Amino acid sequence: MLTKEHELLRETLRSFSEKELKPLAREIDETESFHPEVFKKIGHLGLLGVTVSETYGGGGMDVLAATLAMEEFGRVCASTALSYLAHSILCVNNIYSNGNEEQKKKYLPSLCSGEALGAMAMTEPGFGSDAMGMETKAVKDGKFYRLTGRKMFITNGTVADTLVVYARTGEAEGDRKVSSFIVEKDFEGFSVGKKLSKLGMRGSPTAELIFEDCPVPESNVLGRLHQGISQMKKTLDIERITISGISIGIAQAALEDSLSYAKDRKQFKTPIIEFQLVQKMIADMYTGLQASRQLTYHAAAVASRGEKATLLACACKVYASEIATQACLHAIQILGGYGYCKDYNVERYLRDAKLMEIGAGTSEVQRIIIAKELAQIGLK
Amino acid sequence: MSFLLTEEQKHLQETIQKFCLSEIAPRIQEYEEKEEFPRVIFEKLKEMSLTGMMTPEKYGGAGLDFSTYALVIEEISKYALSVAVSLSVTGLPQMIIHAFGNEEQKETHLRDLATGKKLGAFSLSEPGSGSDAAGLKTQAEHEGACYILNGTKCFVTNGQEAELYLVFARTSEDKIKGISAFIVEKGMRGFSFGKKEKKMALQSSPTLELIFKDCAVPEKNLVGKPGQGFSIAMQALDCGRITIGAGSVGLATRAFEEAKEYAKTRTQFGSSLSQFQAIQMMLADMATAIEVSRLLVQKAAFLKDQKLPFSKIASMAKTVASDTAMQVTTQAVQIFGGNGYCQDYPVERLMREAKVLQIVEGTNQIQRLVIAKEILK
Repeated sequence: MLTKEHELLRETLRSFSEKELKPLAREIDETESFHPEVFKKIGHLGLLGVTVSETYGGGGMDVLAATLAMEEFGRVCASTALSYLAHSILCVNNIYSNGNEEQKKKYLPSLCSGEALGAMAMTEPGFGSDAMGMETKAVKDGKFYRLTGRKMFITNGTVADTLVVYARTGEAEGDRKVSSFIVEKDFEGFSVGKKLSKLGMRGSPTAELIFEDCPVPESNVLGRLHQGISQMKKTLDIERITISGISIGIAQAALEDSLSYAKDRKQFKTPIIEFQLVQKMIADMYTGLQASRQLTYHAAAVASRGEKATLLACACKVYASEIATQACLHAIQILGGYGYCKDYNVERYLRDAKLMEIGAGTSEVQRIIIAKELAQIGLK
Repeated sequence: MSFLLTEEQKHLQETIQKFCLSEIAPRIQEYEEKEEFPRVIFEKLKEMSLTGMMTPEKYGGAGLDFSTYALVIEEISKYALSVAVSLSVTGLPQMIIHAFGNEEQKETHLRDLATGKKLGAFSLSEPGSGSDAAGLKTQAEHEGACYILNGTKCFVTNGQEAELYLVFARTSEDKIKGISAFIVEKGMRGFSFGKKEKKMALQSSPTLELIFKDCAVPEKNLVGKPGQGFSIAMQALDCGRITIGAGSVGLATRAFEEAKEYAKTRTQFGSSLSQFQAIQMMLADMATAIEVSRLLVQKAAFLKDQKLPFSKIASMAKTVASDTAMQVTTQAVQIFGGNGYCQDYPVERLMREAKVLQIVEGTNQIQRLVIAKEILK
């Protein structure tokens, strides 16, 4: 599935990640700090708008390339990978896929160069899996829409300059029409609520956003009015495929660390890799990793061809995330007492991995969609 | 045997629960954040005679049987696993001194630990010997009326906070029969503390390295006979495994209760989460696994109280209960979704805590080897 270009990209990503991200990974987890200069450097690689055409300053690459970027960043620093995903896919790819020409020209170049950082806001305190129940409203007021409501669990919330925000635009009560808006951080009435302290992904800032009668120019309605849900459906498959790259990266790191430790560590005068109990864990980790990688690349290749990939996207999302958590649990177990301590990285991998089963639609939601799709359109 | 608690056990359970709610629950988060040992809570545990639960009253303890002790550990673990762990660790040297120590050691050290005058610790692991505990290298050389200790120990719970350390060291070359057990007291010359570990969880329960450099331990601090150390350690660990099982059940129960309440109150798609089959399945699996774990822990404690062989069941109980705790806490985070991933809710902490239960008192891999050895005998 990987072309020569993909292989070259992976090499670049690998050496960049080792050099620029790996030395920071532990610190940004411990101090919950965000390093904007890292994003500037990713910008130099031309990857901040990885899927965006070069006309707007993007990398002009496909979904598989974006997935590889997630994987390689995720392998050394999942927090950075997550913030990168929120920027390049949830925000940038969304504007690129759904915005009009004027919007693309206005917002994409600065997002692609790293001058501006992006985020996307859909979830609300009371509406997670039930995203379409959202209560944030956008009411027409002259040449503006006034947004009122609260958004929750927003990756890059504290640092984003440009945000894609979903809000209800239906007139009547119970009218489920939703639109998306491009909001700039300086818009009046927009503020960042509390920053959340999390189990993992601590180097990727997550915050609550507050909109109080926030005026958004009507020219900032992304694409056309009331198209929020169909726009979301268009980009969601890509989001789920690329986020699976992070799961793969984490599982890869867990296996690499387990393997080198198991070869070095001796108990009963024998390297522990020679014990069948450890061999079983290592073999299961490898098998799971390869299966989730191939499934995800396949989904990415299908999406790259522009075909509908909903089933595959949900399948790789749920599978790769559960494999990642399992691989990290094994890694800690193989490292034993050391695995539980912060001198090694595997405890961080586990804390980061758990998010993969929750963000971008929980595993439960993925399974519901898979079953519904199968019931409706069947196996092809 | 009975599946029901006695009146005394019920009463004790209620007392502990009240204590945890009023004294532990409101404070533990702060101690965890400050990475500080909850001395104040231990003073209160001391007042309640919980520092020497299984030590006979004759030596200042509460004289409880193992089944009742396990019940207390389970209850405390619902609120603060770190407190339960520290409490059970101060119990280990007591169990050892009571079973293998001489009368003088019992009158002094055992009494001090049981009454809570001193906090105890247990030190077997070394940087190079974890699962291969008998591979330990710390030397104890007999010289005059002392043993001279040299070496480094690691992963010592209650490190630095404890006044008395039950330390295992090598008195001869024989891998198994060359290990002896010593009482080392804080302040002894040549005994110092190494680095404090930064852990994934249990920040209020300190884990330290112990460093011995020509530390002279008086002969009278030898517990049992020279060379009896490994057998002492293994017997202590057999008991410790039931304790970890009980702690696992407590931790899992808390996560389950939190998830259940959340599922009942959180509404999505116009229904409470608890009305969705996907959530019901998780809750049913969680409750079933917890019940299985608790029964195994109770059986192991019962066998121990009856003075019957319990090693195999203890390993089974530890493995099933800690694997369950890991699974249940992970599912609890899943049921809470994004909220579960955030520290405003307790389940992410429970998940971080659960992982250690699959590692301590013998990893679950070692437990399975113990079980296999027993059943293949």
